[in-house]
Amino acid sequence: MISNQNKKLAQWAMEYAQKNGCQGVRISVYSGSNTSIDLRNNKTDKLQQAAENGMSLNLFVDGRYGTFSTNRLVKKELEGFIKQAIDSTRYLAKDEARTLPDAARYYKGDKPDLNLMDNKFDGVNPDLKMSLANDISNEAMGKDERIISVDSSYSDNEYSSYRITSNGFEGDQNGTSFALSVSVSMRGEGEARPSSYWYESALFLDDLKTTGIGQKALERVLQKLGQKKVASGKYTMIVDQLNSSQLLRPIIDAMSGGSLQQKNSFLLDKVGQKIGNDLFTLTDEPHRKKAPGARYFDFEGVATQPTNVIENGTLNMYLIDTYIANKMKIEPTISSLSIPVLKPGNKNLEQLIADIDKGILVTGFNGGNSNSTTGDFSYGIEGFLIENGKRTQPISEMNVTGNMLALWSSLAAIGNDPRPNSSWQIPSLVFEGVDFSGL
Amino acid sequence: MDRRKFIQTGSMALLGSMTMPSMASSNIAGTDAKAPKDAVAAAMKHFGVSKEDVRKVLSAALEKGGDYADLFFEHSFANNVSLMDNAVNRANSNIDFGVGIRVLAGDQTGYAYVENVDLEDMLKAAQTAARIASGNKKTAPVAMKGLPIIKNYYPVIQSWEEVTLKEKMPYLQKLNDAIFALDKRVQKVSASLNDETSHILFFNSEGAQYYDYRPMISLVAVCIMEENGKIENGYAARSFRKGKEFLNDDIIKLLAQEAVDKTAIMFKAIKPKGGEMPVVMASGGSGILLHEAIGHAFEADFNRKNTSIFSDQLNKKICNEHISVVDDGTIPFNRGSVNIDDEGIYGQKTYIVKDGVLTSYLHDRISAKYYGVNPTGNGRRESFRNMPIPRMRATYMEPGNVTEEEIIASVKKGIFAENFTNGQVQIGAGDFTFFVKSGYLIENGKLTQPIKDINIIGNGPKALADITMVANNDKIDDGTWTCGKDGQSCPVTCGMPSALVSKLTVGGES
Repeated sequence: MISNQNKKLAQWAMEYAQKNGCQGVRISVYSGSNTSIDLRNNKTDKLQQAAENGMSLNLFVDGRYGTFSTNRLVKKELEGFIKQAIDSTRYLAKDEARTLPDAARYYKGDKPDLNLMDNKFDGVNPDLKMSLANDISNEAMGKDERIISVDSSYSDNEYSSYRITSNGFEGDQNGTSFALSVSVSMRGEGEARPSSYWYESALFLDDLKTTGIGQKALERVLQKLGQKKVASGKYTMIVDQLNSSQLLRPIIDAMSGGSLQQKNSFLLDKVGQKIGNDLFTLTDEPHRKKAPGARYFDFEGVATQPTNVIENGTLNMYLIDTYIANKMKIEPTISSLSIPVLKPGNKNLEQLIADIDKGILVTGFNGGNSNSTTGDFSYGIEGFLIENGKRTQPISEMNVTGNMLALWSSLAAIGNDPRPNSSWQIPSLVFEGVDFSGL
Repeated sequence: MDRRKFIQTGSMALLGSMTMPSMASSNIAGTDAKAPKDAVAAAMKHFGVSKEDVRKVLSAALEKGGDYADLFFEHSFANNVSLMDNAVNRANSNIDFGVGIRVLAGDQTGYAYVENVDLEDMLKAAQTAARIASGNKKTAPVAMKGLPIIKNYYPVIQSWEEVTLKEKMPYLQKLNDAIFALDKRVQKVSASLNDETSHILFFNSEGAQYYDYRPMISLVAVCIMEENGKIENGYAARSFRKGKEFLNDDIIKLLAQEAVDKTAIMFKAIKPKGGEMPVVMASGGSGILLHEAIGHAFEADFNRKNTSIFSDQLNKKICNEHISVVDDGTIPFNRGSVNIDDEGIYGQKTYIVKDGVLTSYLHDRISAKYYGVNPTGNGRRESFRNMPIPRMRATYMEPGNVTEEEIIASVKKGIFAENFTNGQVQIGAGDFTFFVKSGYLIENGKLTQPIKDINIIGNGPKALADITMVANNDKIDDGTWTCGKDGQSCPVTCGMPSALVSKLTVGGES
C-alpha cells in the first residue's frame, strides 16, 4: 500500500504545482516490490529482489499539457523538478483539447473491494518459493534422456498506486500476483534444440496451481519434436487459448481514439457496422472480483463499467478518452478496456480439433505484424497439421497472412477455455479459409 | 506475464509510435565528468557516495562467499517532445535514479537494486544479492583502480542537458512542414524527438571503477496518406549517441523524404503469393536477418547452457567462406556502441563469423569465464534494475564482391526485401522471422511489382548456409532498433550489404 507519507507528498506536489501556475493537475504515486527465483536443472541460477516507487505528474498549464515522472521522491528535488516541468510546458503550443475529465465521470469510491491483494504477500517464506520452483522442475528433470535443460522459476510482485486530480478525484489501486513457470529444452533433429514452456499464475498464493507445470512443459516439447513445414494453401485455422489474444489485439488497438483521430486505424467510421460475423461478441467486464485487470477507474480516474464492445459482429464503441473526445468533439467512453471477454462457445480445444477435417492448429506465433491502417497481417507460426480431427504432423517455419476484418468474418467456432487468471479472457478460436505459406 | 521469460526467444523492433519525452535537467556530474581524469570522483560526488560506502557495500555483497560483485549506479534523464496535427503540443520527461548490486557465485547470480544511495538501503540490497552464495568464506574487495574511457565513441559537442524544449521545437515543425510540402496526399504527420542522457558509475570487487556518459537521440516521423479512399502509413527514423549537433536541416530533409517515399510506395504495393522462394535482402536494415538468424543464437548465455542451435558449432564452417559477420561496439556515434560495457569491459569489435567460420560467441563475464576466453564487451543491461546479459551492439556483414544488380539479375522469381519493422527468433529451434514493410517482386532478374506487409520465416543455420551472393554495398541502418531479451530492452543497430538467400518462406496469399 502507498504510505501515508507518499500520499501526503502527492497532495503537496499537486498544491505546489497549482501554486506555481498549473490550472489542472493529475498526480499519481506508485510503489511495488517483486522477487524472482530462477533454477536451471534444479540449481539456483538467479535470485532477484527489488522494491521501487515513483511519482508521475500530468500538468495542464495555460492551455498546454506536459507529463513528467521521477523516482526521486525528495521534496527539495521535486520542487525544482515541478518548477522546471511547468516552465517547459509553457513553451509548447496551446492545445485547448487538453483538459481534466468532467468530475461527474470520476469513480466515486463507492464500490466494494475488488479483492486483488493477497495480504500474505510479505510473509511468504523464501524457502517455500524455492521449493515450489524446485518441485515443478522435478516434474520434468530426468524424465527423458534428450532433455538438455529444465529452467523453472517462481516470481511474485506487489504493486499499489494512489492517484489524485485537482478537480476532485482520489483513488487507490493495488494488487499482488504469483507465477510459476517451467521451460524445457531438448535435443531435436540435427543441431536443433526445441524448447517449450508452461506457466501458471494467480493473484493469491493459495490459488496458484503448483503442480503439473513441469510435466506440461515437457509434454509440449515432446509433442513438437519432428516439426516440418507443410504445403502452402488455405486451411481452417485453430488458435489455442495461449495465443488467441494476438489476433484480437489489432482490433482493440484500432478502436483507440488516438489511432482514429490520426486516421491510423482500419476501424475508421466503423461504429454501428459489422467488423466480424455474428459469433464475434466482446464485452468489457472491469468489475470481476479477484480477476487480473479488474479496476473501478482508468488512468484518468474515469469510472469503468461493464460494456458491450462488439455485439454479434457489430462494433458498438471506440475507446475515447477526454482529450480525444474534446479534439474530435464526440462523447468520451473509456481510455482502454480492462478485462475484454470474448463470448465463449461450449467446446474445449480437443473438441474443436475433432470437428476439423483439414486445418492447422497454431500453438505459437513467431514474429510478424499487422498494418494499423489496413488491417493486413502476416505472422510466423508453429503448431500442428490437423487431418480428420487429429494432430498428424507438428509444423513450424510457416506464415499465416490475411486481413483482420476478413479474418473475424470467417470466425467459425469459439472454445470454452479462456486461461484462468488472464486479464484478456479469449478462448481458443477457429477461422475458416486462412492463407498459410510453407512449402 | 512477459512470455519472453518462458520461451527462449529474442526479438527486435523499430520503436515506432512509442512516445517517450523533454526538458533540460539539473546538470549532473556535468561538464566535469566528461573529462576522463576526474570523471569517477565527480560522479561519486554527484551520486553522493564515498569510497568508504562502496567498500562497505561490496564487502556486504561478498559476505556469503560470492566470488565477484559489482555496483551499477545510474542517473538518467529522458525527454520527449512531440508534434501532432501541425503543432508541437506534447512534452514528457522522466528521471530515473538507482543502483543495481550484483553478486556472482560461479555462474549463479544474485541481484537487487535500490532507488537511493542511503548506505543502510544499499547494504540491505547487497545482503539480499549475497544470498546467491552459501559459504562462509569472506572475500574482500581489492583496492580501486580506475578504468578511464580511453576511446570515447560518442563525444558530445552540446549535451542534451543544456538544451531547452524551446530549442528543439522548431525542428519538429520543420519536419512536419517538409512532409506536407512533399506530397498532396499527406493527411496527418506526427513526429517526436527523444533524447536521453545516462550517467553511469561502476565499481566491482576486482577494483575496477569507471564513469561513462551516454547520450542518445532519436527522431521519428510518421506519415499518413490517403489516395482514392485508401489510407496507408509510413515511418522514418534515425537514432545516434549524439548531442544537440544531431539536429540540422539535412536530417530533417532526409527523414521527410523517406517518410513520404515509404508511405507512397504502399499504394502501389500488393501482397505477393506466398511460399518458398529466393529472397534478395537490400542493403541496410536487412541486417535484421543477421540479428535474428544468428546474432541471438551466438549470445553465449544460450550456448553455455547448450540451448542454442549453434551450441556445438564454434570454430566450424557454417556458411560461404566469403561471409564475415561482426558485432561491433566501436562505431562512432552508433546507437549500439559502448565505450565500456555494463560490467566494466571495454567496447570492442568482435568477429562472430570470419570467412565462413563461427569464430566467437558474444560474451558477458559469466560466459567468458565458462569458456576460458576474454569477455567481448557484450555484457549489457536495460538499466540499474537489471543484471547484465550478453547482448548485441551493431551487428553487420562485411561487403562481398558482386553488385546488387548482379544479384537481382540472377533471380528468376523471388522477393526483394527492402524495409523492415520487426523480427523474432527461437534460439533453440532456430526459426527466425522478420516483417517486410515493403519491397518488390523480382521477375526474370528485374524488380517489378512493389509488395507490402508480409512476414518472412526461415531457420538460422539453413538461411546462413543459403546466402550465396554478397554485394559490395555494405551499409549500417541507423533506425531506432531496440532489441528485447529476458524482458530487457537494449538499443542496437544492424547492417548488411545486399545479399541473396536462396530459399526462405515468404508469407502471402495462396
